[in-house]
Amino acid sequence: MDSMSILEINELTATVDGNEILHGINLKINKGEVHAIMGPNGSGKSTLSYVLSGRTGYEITGGDISLNGKSIIDDEADDRARAGLFLAFQYPVELPGVSGMSFLRASFNARLRENGEEEVDHLDFVKIVRAEAKKLGISDEMLKRPVNVGFSGGEKKRYEILQMALLKPSMAILDETDSGLDVDALKIVSEGVNLLRHPERSMLVITHYQRLLSHIVPDKVHILSGGRIVKSGDKSLALEVEENGYAGIDDAA
Amino acid sequence: MVATVETISAVEEATGKYKYGFVTDIESEKAPKGLNEDIIRFISGKKNEPEWMLNWRLKAYRHWLKMPEPNWSKLSIAPIDYNDIYYYSAPKAAEKLDSLDEVDPELLATYEKLGIPLNEQKMLSGVAVDAVFDSVSVATTFREELSKVGVIFCPISEAIQKYPELVRKYLSSVVPVSDNYFSALNSAVFTDGSFVYVPKNVKCPMELSTYFRINEQKTGQFERTLIVVEDGGYVSYLEGCTAPQRDENQLHAAVVELVALTDSEIKYSTVQNWYPGDETGKGGIYNFVTKRGSCRGDRSKISWTQVETGSAITWKYPSCVLKGKNSIGEFYSVAVTNGAQQADTGTKMIHLGEGSKSTIISKGISAGKSQNTYRGLVEINRGAESARNFTQCDSLLVGQTCGAHTVPYIVSRNPSGKIEHEATTSRISEEQLFYCLQRGITEEDAVSLIVNGFCKEVMKELPMEFAVEAQKLIGISLEGSVG
Repeated sequence: MDSMSILEINELTATVDGNEILHGINLKINKGEVHAIMGPNGSGKSTLSYVLSGRTGYEITGGDISLNGKSIIDDEADDRARAGLFLAFQYPVELPGVSGMSFLRASFNARLRENGEEEVDHLDFVKIVRAEAKKLGISDEMLKRPVNVGFSGGEKKRYEILQMALLKPSMAILDETDSGLDVDALKIVSEGVNLLRHPERSMLVITHYQRLLSHIVPDKVHILSGGRIVKSGDKSLALEVEENGYAGIDDAA
Repeated sequence: MVATVETISAVEEATGKYKYGFVTDIESEKAPKGLNEDIIRFISGKKNEPEWMLNWRLKAYRHWLKMPEPNWSKLSIAPIDYNDIYYYSAPKAAEKLDSLDEVDPELLATYEKLGIPLNEQKMLSGVAVDAVFDSVSVATTFREELSKVGVIFCPISEAIQKYPELVRKYLSSVVPVSDNYFSALNSAVFTDGSFVYVPKNVKCPMELSTYFRINEQKTGQFERTLIVVEDGGYVSYLEGCTAPQRDENQLHAAVVELVALTDSEIKYSTVQNWYPGDETGKGGIYNFVTKRGSCRGDRSKISWTQVETGSAITWKYPSCVLKGKNSIGEFYSVAVTNGAQQADTGTKMIHLGEGSKSTIISKGISAGKSQNTYRGLVEINRGAESARNFTQCDSLLVGQTCGAHTVPYIVSRNPSGKIEHEATTSRISEEQLFYCLQRGITEEDAVSLIVNGFCKEVMKELPMEFAVEAQKLIGISLEGSVG
């Protein structure tokens, strides 16, 4: 095990409803690196993000995932999260009636507890959140609303990035963060993500299109197709996809 | 209310599902099991009641004998043997007490354990407590403070002796003895409860609260509460309830009457956490309660807020009779059922006065194999010109094996009346849970967060400290309901 690697995926196979979707994924992400996974619809991109984060119904049938050198495949989703894995959702979920502040604080304090640190009270937490929210152009009014309820597409994605900023994960997965965003919103969200690039934080950016990667420039790009990584390269691979489409890449593999 | 901090830590420390299931080992004095006129004479004698009170009880009993047990609810109730119940049980030596120093230390310890210190120095910012243990009131705090402003807060047994004219005037003026099977039974055998009287233009300076505890085996608790607020007065009253864990069912059949006169307001909050029985439905309290308020004066207001998490069966409809012009009735309810619990609860808003208004917000949460029914009546009568009602009835299902039912009855006899009814049913989705888990929140905390979000509109009606306790309770009562 390389001490530099944050996330290591070995020969990972996984099923959904009994159908194998991932057929042996291998991937290693080192500390501070940003990797992108690109792939056509149905290639297993979202499945990969759910398998990594431990969603019920996504069953690992072989291989291993380790986070910071420890296997996490037997851990529950909340354990993985507290161990530093963060997933920015493609479709953030509405929690009617649940105050944003209570929700954010519950997750923030769960992380502090895990690290043996003292929890913060409501007043201190409000200050912390406001400081982070400001950087992302999130208004106080939006913070007062129930979690994701009545948020626009752009607001939902910014709220995900806000949570990432608060929870300071060592490994962040961004699942199609660009979907449903117009050009301006994409810019704000990408800037937010770039602010969070850090030598201690690795990222896995999952996307269908190259356009996100011109804002969040990756160190490495992988092409996922039919449940396997069929090609890896540097950021120029993303441009290749843009030009030739996934079909061209598949042929090359 | 009551010492939230202590309650929460008591809850957290205790193990097992129902955290109030312990039994206090205390000697008690009981009347023989069963119900007959002699038992009623015994109870009345124990309380040194005047003749009129005994006759009132006997009349109620004779009437009860002729009544059939009701069976119209959506509940499955194992037969109740009314002759296998103790109708009177009192901790020994709990006679007349002048100060808390004379209360049995075992009893004080019990309330301490429940999170309700009766020691006045220890109490949180002025909540006056009446503690009812089985059939008798064992302590009432802050009475002197209250009497300075003319507020009477005492056990009803004491009120019958000290303020007979008030009691005679208002007792059963809201819930007639013959109103229903359980109100008649209660009238015959009630043993204690609280009496509150707020004189003209007095805003009661502190929250009043009664804490009910059933301790003895095979004992029924039949308490009677009467609250009267004169013109321009205000009172906020809270009640909490627990009982030990026992295998047999125990009956709790209370009657609560509220009288609000001109321009007065009564806020009545309940956090009910009687023992719910085990997973299979063995044991638990039958909570069959008649609660009704009369908005007798113009612009008077009665507001019921209830958080019902306990009891094997909850069967009650805190109601308002809106007689006064522009009077206001409110009902805010959260009913949580889990395991094999059943609840058939809701309200009745009877509009008689011109311009009377009512609001009903009901949140039902069902988990496990439980059944949760909202049943509510909104009735606008001929004289209730321009009366209005708004009803919102939401059900939340947790898991696949529970049931939620909504049974609204709407009667309008005046064409100027406006009635709105909204209802929704939703489920905690796997997606919502996963979203919380992915943020490092445990499954139980996630359910509690989502459920408390669902109940928010009701929780905000509770006095602050009570709300914290209630939130915690809801979380606890749903433990193990997902996954």
